Amino acid sequence: MTSLTELCLYEARDGLKNKSFSTKDLILDHIDAMESSRKLNAFITETPEIALKSADLSDENYANNTNRPLEGLPLGVKDMFCTKGILTTASSKMLSNFIPPYESTVTDNLWNNGAILLGKLNNDEFAMGSSNETSFFGSVINPWKKNDKQAELVPGGSSGGSAASVAAKVGVGSLGTDTGGSIRQPASFTGTVGLKPTYGRCSRWGIIAFASSLDQAGPITRNVKDNAILLNSMCSHDPKDTTSSLKVVPNFESSLGKSIKGLKVGIPREFFQDGMSDEIIKMWDNGKEWLKNAGAEIIEISLPNTKYALPCYYIIAPAEASSNLARYDGVRFGHSVNSNDINEMYELTRSDGFGDEVKRRIMIGTYVLSSGYYDAYYLKAQKVRSLISKDYSEAFNKVDVMLTPSTPNSAFELNEKCDDPLSMYLNDVFTVPINIAGLPAISIPSSKDKSGLPLGLQLIGKPFDEETLYSFANIIEESSNFVSLDDKWWIK
Amino acid sequence: MSNLVTGKTGDWEIVIGIEVHAQIISQSKLFSGSSTSFGSEHNTQVSFVDAGMPGMLPVINSICVEQAVKTGLGLNAKINKFSIFDRKNYFYPDLPQGYQISQFEQPIVGEGKVVIDLEKGVEKEVRIERLHLEQDAGKSMHDQHPSYSYVDLNRSGVALMEIVSMPDMSSAEEAQAYIKKLRNIMKYLQTCDGNMEEGSLRADINVSVRKPGDELGTRCEIKNVNSIKFIGQAIEYEAKRQVDLIEKGGVIKQQTRLFDPKKGQTRSMRSKEEAHDYRYFPDPDLLPLTFTDEFIEGIRKTLPELPDIRRKRLVEDFDLSLYDAGILVSDKETADFFEIASKDSNSKLVCNWIIGELFSTLNKNNKTIQESPVTPENLGKLINLIDDGTITGRIAKDVFEIMIESGDNPVSIVDSNDMRQVSDEGELESIIEKIIQSNPDQVKSLEEKPNLMGWFVGQVMKETQGKANPKSVNELLNKKLLK
Repeated sequence: MTSLTELCLYEARDGLKNKSFSTKDLILDHIDAMESSRKLNAFITETPEIALKSADLSDENYANNTNRPLEGLPLGVKDMFCTKGILTTASSKMLSNFIPPYESTVTDNLWNNGAILLGKLNNDEFAMGSSNETSFFGSVINPWKKNDKQAELVPGGSSGGSAASVAAKVGVGSLGTDTGGSIRQPASFTGTVGLKPTYGRCSRWGIIAFASSLDQAGPITRNVKDNAILLNSMCSHDPKDTTSSLKVVPNFESSLGKSIKGLKVGIPREFFQDGMSDEIIKMWDNGKEWLKNAGAEIIEISLPNTKYALPCYYIIAPAEASSNLARYDGVRFGHSVNSNDINEMYELTRSDGFGDEVKRRIMIGTYVLSSGYYDAYYLKAQKVRSLISKDYSEAFNKVDVMLTPSTPNSAFELNEKCDDPLSMYLNDVFTVPINIAGLPAISIPSSKDKSGLPLGLQLIGKPFDEETLYSFANIIEESSNFVSLDDKWWIK
Repeated sequence: MSNLVTGKTGDWEIVIGIEVHAQIISQSKLFSGSSTSFGSEHNTQVSFVDAGMPGMLPVINSICVEQAVKTGLGLNAKINKFSIFDRKNYFYPDLPQGYQISQFEQPIVGEGKVVIDLEKGVEKEVRIERLHLEQDAGKSMHDQHPSYSYVDLNRSGVALMEIVSMPDMSSAEEAQAYIKKLRNIMKYLQTCDGNMEEGSLRADINVSVRKPGDELGTRCEIKNVNSIKFIGQAIEYEAKRQVDLIEKGGVIKQQTRLFDPKKGQTRSMRSKEEAHDYRYFPDPDLLPLTFTDEFIEGIRKTLPELPDIRRKRLVEDFDLSLYDAGILVSDKETADFFEIASKDSNSKLVCNWIIGELFSTLNKNNKTIQESPVTPENLGKLINLIDDGTITGRIAKDVFEIMIESGDNPVSIVDSNDMRQVSDEGELESIIEKIIQSNPDQVKSLEEKPNLMGWFVGQVMKETQGKANPKSVNELLNKKLLK
């Protein structure tokens, strides 16, 4: 019998509804898959006991016809979401012993909708990174390999565990967070579908903060429909998060299959870069073609301030992070190195508890906020941020969505870029501007490069118009005939 | 009146500006639902937000915002319809988030003014630069253990208003009058209880000196002075220290100083070079505060009568002198006491009794007017007993003594102690006859010494234990002795 892990989210949901199998069967298969995928290092904490216990409840609910929208569906959760009574580390030594006494709003919404936690997923430390190599708990390995099956590749980051686990079919979906591309880039690297909702769509309450004005939770799944279903259960207005939106949450699933005839797709000229590989260009062209064939109109547009997005991001995000991470001081929780002097205690705790990338960003952030540098860096970056937002709002007067590549390249090898932060940062060049403007965007697998690695297309939407994104993403998905991963080499 | 300090090289002017931290009266903290009550068990009023736990977010308490606007209106200040919260970053164990949420460039309240009351009825205007909202830190306790410091987070996140004055004060007296007035206004507004002992109101005092007419001198900030008396002492010490230093050829360095109440001195805490770089930036977890005109006007409608207006009304409605009215309104509770006591009684007498007998008794017993054993209603009744001739002024003092002791109603005190005034002419006449007959010598001397009449009055009072109606006694004595 094939493993039930082969089913995607909606297939599993339908199977459970039709009583083709029990939640317990589904969960047991997923626990097996999780245990046999440890080579990928996608999970920091596995929670099989919790999953099995929840499965019994879900089976009862199915038996009593009191099943909820995600009843019995196993999900992995990025270790940035606080989960009550379950180790939550942000993949940092600093929180390697932290068990939150509270549950994040987004995960709480999922459990209230019947979903089941499989385990907590590895990520870049405090979500800072684009390869999942900065985790205190070690790198996550991409389930994809090049055609030559040799080198181990990174899954992208920071939601590397979230993307790798879904690609490896351990869980029908997962939760990630996206501050500058941390859902979309790993989705692109692993052939999965990853959506960053509009800023404010999901509550940030209980999510360990990296950069508060940019952070947003989102779903990673193996197809667009699953993604829409999962997002529906994640969003809510949350009075505990002042920045969460009061907007009514639509039924995202119903936007799939909607016609896009007559809608306009903007192609931002500034995203076309010198030295862009032929494969990326070809993928982009294919995308335009598919959307045109479905009746959309393709329009070239300009977002003139695009080139400032990356520098702007690398000022604002570290600035906020330097302040958000000040609470990790060894006084009340988490890692602590004792000393008789309070300042020395801070120094020892923070030197030992944070990894290099986190320290680098704290230092950048502290620097750009310092007296004498604030105006030149932080204030200027804020002004640039408004200009970038304005670029988008003006362009969206003319188009309904935008289409770009998700990343400038496919997954790279482990350790390939570790010593070159700048080249690592450049990986986010297409995703970062979207966070700066607070817009929704989705990455959909659309082709493979010469070496057989997945590449993703990114669709960018108007604020709170995830529905249109799903309509378009669905068409790309149907047109691309992307063949998902079949070689589970890690089990051998 | 001169505020100058005399040094060896001549006179110096003192320039004082004050930053007041006033704890807002509210049930819960500025950004969390934890209680704000004072004196609870350590670390029992701490939410996950107050403790700076990962993933926690602040949510603004709208009551605190309204209180700040109300205070701004009470200070005749401009309410900013758009203001933002900033993070002030520094490390300290009693600051769990590693930053304090405050307001930096765009505070909730802008420029305003306060009229302070000085001696001899002199008034002076002190300009307010701004008022902003911020959260308080927790409390570090260094005296609980020989080698550890303890942290109590009950205060962490409690709402404060920081009220910054312009450097408009030029003496300890003015600074004290400013604090008193500010405290009084906030008590009238019910936005801060003004309790300096519990730390609900704390002041940072900026002091500099200069030769009259010169540019402003370099200032030193005296942190966290927590009583009106200490504020006076700190300013006087600090001004003299600065004058002495300059006159000895020294230079004032900008620094933060602490006042030591035991020694009556200020000492350096840190210099400007050692000052923190707070790296202020807008808090991305919070939206800007935006107000409509309707919102502000709605709060303005809830403003109570403030002390300056009340003073004028007391003068007009109760026929008090400006001076007396000033004393009554300088403490809200005293003015409230007065208005209740004089509801059905002679207001001038009530005022005299409050400022005289009541104040001196309360002072002696170290009590506030709210703790007075004599209720305002009972004081009013006592005044009525005097006013309608039921008791004499002398007996009234005895009745008051008993009221202080027992808290009883004056009417029943007078009845049960047989203290009613004797006005019956027959009874008084027979007493007077008796005195005249027993003292022929005095009667004789009266012709040469008319002042002796007082002695006769005294004798009658003695005979009646002070209950005789002084007016009747005088009339009868005149009739009998000055034929």
